[in-house]
Amino acid sequence: MEEIFSALARAMAFGTPILLAALGEVVVERAGVVNLGVEGMMAVGALAAFAAAQTSGNPFLGVVAGVLAGGIAASAHAFVSVNLRANQFVSGLALTMLGLGLSGLLGNKYVGAPLEHPLAETGFTWAAVVLSIVIWLVLYFTRTGLVVRSVGENPAAADALGLEVYLVRYGATIFGGMMAGLAGAFLSLAYRPSWSDGMTSGLGWIAVALTIFVAWESIRAVFGAFFFGLLYHLAFRLQGRLPSEMLLALPYLLVIVVLTLAALRRRQGNAPEGLGLPYERGTR
Amino acid sequence: MREPVLKLRGISKRFPGVVANDQVDLDVYPGEVHALLGENGAGKTTLMNILYGFYQPDEGQIELSGRPVRIGSPAEAMRLGIGLVPQHPLLVRRHSVAENLALGLPTGWWRPTKPLGKRLHELKQQYRLDVEAGALVEQLSPGEKQRVEIIRALLRGAKILILDEPTSVLTPQEAGELFKVIQRITQSGGAVLFISHRLDEVLEIANRVTVLRKGKAVGSLTPPTDKATLAEMMVGRQVSFERERGMAKRGAPVLEVQKLSVFSDRGLPALRSVSFNLHQGEVLGVAGVAGNGQSELIQVLAGLRKAVSGSVKLDGRDITGKTPRQLHTLGVAHVPEDRIRMGVVPSMSVAQNLALRNYFRPPFSKGLWLDQQELDQNALRQIRQHEIAAPKPGTEARLLSGGNIQKIILARELAGNLKVILAVHPTYGLDVGASEQVHATLLQKTQEGAAVLLVSEDLDEIISLSDCVGVLYAGELVGPVEATSVTREQIGLWMMRGETAFTTIEA
Repeated sequence: MEEIFSALARAMAFGTPILLAALGEVVVERAGVVNLGVEGMMAVGALAAFAAAQTSGNPFLGVVAGVLAGGIAASAHAFVSVNLRANQFVSGLALTMLGLGLSGLLGNKYVGAPLEHPLAETGFTWAAVVLSIVIWLVLYFTRTGLVVRSVGENPAAADALGLEVYLVRYGATIFGGMMAGLAGAFLSLAYRPSWSDGMTSGLGWIAVALTIFVAWESIRAVFGAFFFGLLYHLAFRLQGRLPSEMLLALPYLLVIVVLTLAALRRRQGNAPEGLGLPYERGTR
Repeated sequence: MREPVLKLRGISKRFPGVVANDQVDLDVYPGEVHALLGENGAGKTTLMNILYGFYQPDEGQIELSGRPVRIGSPAEAMRLGIGLVPQHPLLVRRHSVAENLALGLPTGWWRPTKPLGKRLHELKQQYRLDVEAGALVEQLSPGEKQRVEIIRALLRGAKILILDEPTSVLTPQEAGELFKVIQRITQSGGAVLFISHRLDEVLEIANRVTVLRKGKAVGSLTPPTDKATLAEMMVGRQVSFERERGMAKRGAPVLEVQKLSVFSDRGLPALRSVSFNLHQGEVLGVAGVAGNGQSELIQVLAGLRKAVSGSVKLDGRDITGKTPRQLHTLGVAHVPEDRIRMGVVPSMSVAQNLALRNYFRPPFSKGLWLDQQELDQNALRQIRQHEIAAPKPGTEARLLSGGNIQKIILARELAGNLKVILAVHPTYGLDVGASEQVHATLLQKTQEGAAVLLVSEDLDEIISLSDCVGVLYAGELVGPVEATSVTREQIGLWMMRGETAFTTIEA
């Protein structure tokens, strides 16, 4: 019995960063922007959080730093894909590589450094669950949510009514980055708590896939994230019996599994209609 | 004399190479319908975009109720009481009607759709404009979508309503409904600017007409009475309204379609057991509201889509499942619905586009190579023969106007020995002159023995060209029946309700 409880607790912990990042991506994609840079933003957030917490000694300052770093990283994607109307997929991939490389480079001196006051995992977990409900409420019951969804579905219609399509997409993208940064902060301040290069280990990609799997619904993301947390935990427990390379490949394997399941359930039909398409006034 | 609510004086707008509006004056009075009549490219859309704040005029001034204004953006136009009902609805397809309406209204932050119920009820009382607030927009008919746009403009307090080609997507019955709504709006003091190129409806609804030609307001009539005069003002020459039918003799069936069923891209049934015969020398018009299987029908006949069941025979020979190239060789021509995307390769030259059907055989091909000289020679011949306004064979197709692109397609598709012509919206977006030419070409081909399957959303086009008329509704074909045996209204009913309307009329 105790075994099961501890397994579930570990599954929740594994699922938390996936959930936080996926919630951000749900909002971004609802506004019509695809950001494949989640993994990179998460890494940048993790490093910024750890560096701030370690130097100041205050882990909450670390959380703030992680969130801000994620937001700043995302604004680069927003500029390239919203203003310059570049290909969002390429820009997001570039952001992932940039984030991973940059955090590895700048984080060298923090490798192996101790953190005096790590944070509790459960705080992040509950915050993520509450956020998923709040995001659901905002998306479906408020004007803000209506505007975000409309911009993602049909930016031309929103524009004709005098809404600021670019501003909305910027806001959503930066919010998504902040959530990815928060996920990173969870990893380096609570889950590990330490900094090492590549510590995000593909979790960002699972978050991207999860966004599709849960059909862009924040509350479903809670169940999805913990389901994948459980799978992760089980694989972890089988470590002795499976080759270790298997574990390393697991996130990417999960992405394929997630997308296959999503395709089988025909969930892609729920994608916002304007998803991934840059908006320019006067073109159809 | 009352004061006009909207007064334009000397409005000019130039784009590189064209004067879209040239010193246009316009007065719109409260309680009246003012029609803006003109061909495509006459400058109606530009003028509308100026009024709605998309463009700034280069010259001239706009007065609203006697006050000079500058309309900088659509949002500002709406604040000033100008509402636009666009030709193609700008709605979020997968949101509800209420959500779409709330998006443009200053309702509260929390549950913005909540206060709408009461206001929709008021509108229903006042104008008898009714629409279900909870319905998803994608489930609405074109007429209902338009109603949502009108309601939105009225909810936002529009005193001047601009309707851009509002009947182009409607059945005659829906158009009649719309006209009643327009009358109720003007009766309660609103002004309507009605943009159209259809003479009959302008005569029916308008209190005043201003005719635009080549960017200039060439005159106005108050109230308009005479169709011939209006047409002459619009086109700049006399226009004949006679039926353009030729003397083609109807012969044996060339195309026999038997119980044809097809799936759409989304895997849903798009055609349900459709059967008909197309005879030599005949024009069969297929009407219907867009999305009822027209595209799929043409695609399967042109070899672009697989039939699920049923058969197609050409001169008694089964051609089901043949490729587009095989079909063309057998004498099936295809004038596609989207001429830019399906009819030409916009980035390729006129000469190359003209050779797309035959580039792989001599004289265009020489072994592995294309004979550029032969391509150019051919292009020069076609340009001369079909009066295509292309400066040289090497000009990229995308630089030409819609009418000239259509000429390229017709020149290419209608060459050689034809049995069947599949023509979809062949005159969509073309001006009167170019449309007449396209019609003449198609009728000419019927006299040479070809049969035409004409798919169009323009009922006037169907009625004036066809010998037989059928209506596609939800993938089922009503008819075909002799064109002389049905009225416009009957066709309209079939478009809205399908076969059930057929039986009730007969009974």
